[in-house]
Amino acid sequence: MIQLRGVSKRLGSKQVLDGLDLDVQKGETLVVLGPSGTGKSVLLKHIIGLMTPDRGSIEIDGENIVGMKERELDDVRKRFGMLFQGAALFDSMTVGENVGLGLREHTRMKPAEIESRVVERLEWVGLKAVENMKPASLSGGMRKRAGLARAIAMDPQFILYDEPTTGLDPIMADVINELIRDLQKRMGVTSVVVTHDMTSASKVADRMAMLYGGKVVFQGTPAEVHATRDPLMRQFIEGSSTGPIQPV
Amino acid sequence: MEAEELALRGFKYVRRRAFDWVAEVGRIAMLVREFLWLLIPGLKSLRLLVDQMQAVGVGSLWLVFVISLFTGAVAAVQAAYQFSSVVPLKYIGSVILRSVIIELGPVLTALVVGGRVGASIAAELGTMRVTEQIDAMRAMAINPVRYLVVPRVAAAIIMMPILTIFSDFIAVFGGYVVAVTSIGVSTHTYVLGLQQYFYYKDLFSGLLKAVFFGGIIGMMGCYYGFATEGGAEGVGQATTRAVVASCVLVLISDYVLANVLFRFIFAQ
Repeated sequence: MIQLRGVSKRLGSKQVLDGLDLDVQKGETLVVLGPSGTGKSVLLKHIIGLMTPDRGSIEIDGENIVGMKERELDDVRKRFGMLFQGAALFDSMTVGENVGLGLREHTRMKPAEIESRVVERLEWVGLKAVENMKPASLSGGMRKRAGLARAIAMDPQFILYDEPTTGLDPIMADVINELIRDLQKRMGVTSVVVTHDMTSASKVADRMAMLYGGKVVFQGTPAEVHATRDPLMRQFIEGSSTGPIQPV
Repeated sequence: MEAEELALRGFKYVRRRAFDWVAEVGRIAMLVREFLWLLIPGLKSLRLLVDQMQAVGVGSLWLVFVISLFTGAVAAVQAAYQFSSVVPLKYIGSVILRSVIIELGPVLTALVVGGRVGASIAAELGTMRVTEQIDAMRAMAINPVRYLVVPRVAAAIIMMPILTIFSDFIAVFGGYVVAVTSIGVSTHTYVLGLQQYFYYKDLFSGLLKAVFFGGIIGMMGCYYGFATEGGAEGVGQATTRAVVASCVLVLISDYVLANVLFRFIFAQ
């Protein structure tokens, strides 16, 4: 379980996170919603220790990662998989090398075992015969899926998704949504999905949390979110430019 | 009043720039420390090192060949002009050899390799930074300094002396071609000149410089690549900064090393 308490972060002159509290229960998929630029990606980067908060605590299975040394953090990170917004595949390596990198670096698996795991995970995300291709020659959707295969290569307990459907056509977006659901069932992982895509959110979420002004302003199940009269939440669901959220 | 305000603003600007500069030196020092700390674990992945050695060394051969050939040729022309009836031409080989192995070989090689390799490292790591590949690496519990910086800097440190030896040979050859074909020195005279004043300490000094220059080039490329911010423009800036910094530092450290080597270590 992931537990954030009073997490604050200032970047330049902007208070991105402002005393944020958030719990992610074991095995659930929590979707963090919010307009662009509200610090959703920053939140994910805090959870995996890529950024350190100015104040507050972040506990992963009861272990506070704030103030940990890089080496201790690495042990925590090995339990995570993260899908980056642009997939962030290493473009000097083939897709297969990308997916197998964590296994080569952190396990004593033999090359043949790594190779079969790579093929297996690529198949899980619906990719075949792409191991020897360079990321640059893949389409956006394929890149996202390859990034996802890399995120799940090490059998993580937690998966973080940064805008998994952004920039994809609606059909490919749905493929990704299905994958997120599918992986949760198959691997029993705890997931945090950051998105501003309501369709995707409704499809994958067990619970949703709305991030605004550096805080979680609303939390609930998809049904609760859709039924709420909270003006902020309503504006976001309906996609209206008028309301409490000021477009910047 | 206005002048006072202007002076104050000027002072604040200078102070801010000075702070920025000190902070930058500090960050570079921290990267160097981390590089040294992770050197041994980083070199365990031999394949990464070999790939980089190939990129630094083999990729630069042609460029180093061309600049060295012409450097030697120019050295011969200049020597002949400055000797003109003051110094006998039998010394032309000695002058070319010593100026090449002590100074021209290592420095010019470092400047062109700095331009080529420093820029390519900064551009590659800078692109990785802005496309979140470096974050992705850290998220996978892989230390980017170990995985990216160590092989690149180590490759530059290993390959620079090798490229310098190559450059020395080519430059001496370039000087030879000009000396024989257009200055009228015989092969025998030129070779005798080479042999007469060849000292191992000169060669050693040149190669030691090359080691330092290699470290500077690799480190500047990595540092500015890692420090990249904001898209394609940022990558362009990082590349420029890496090249400028490595060229400036190569020349400054050349002066420092020359002092240490020839005024202390090898002082007669």
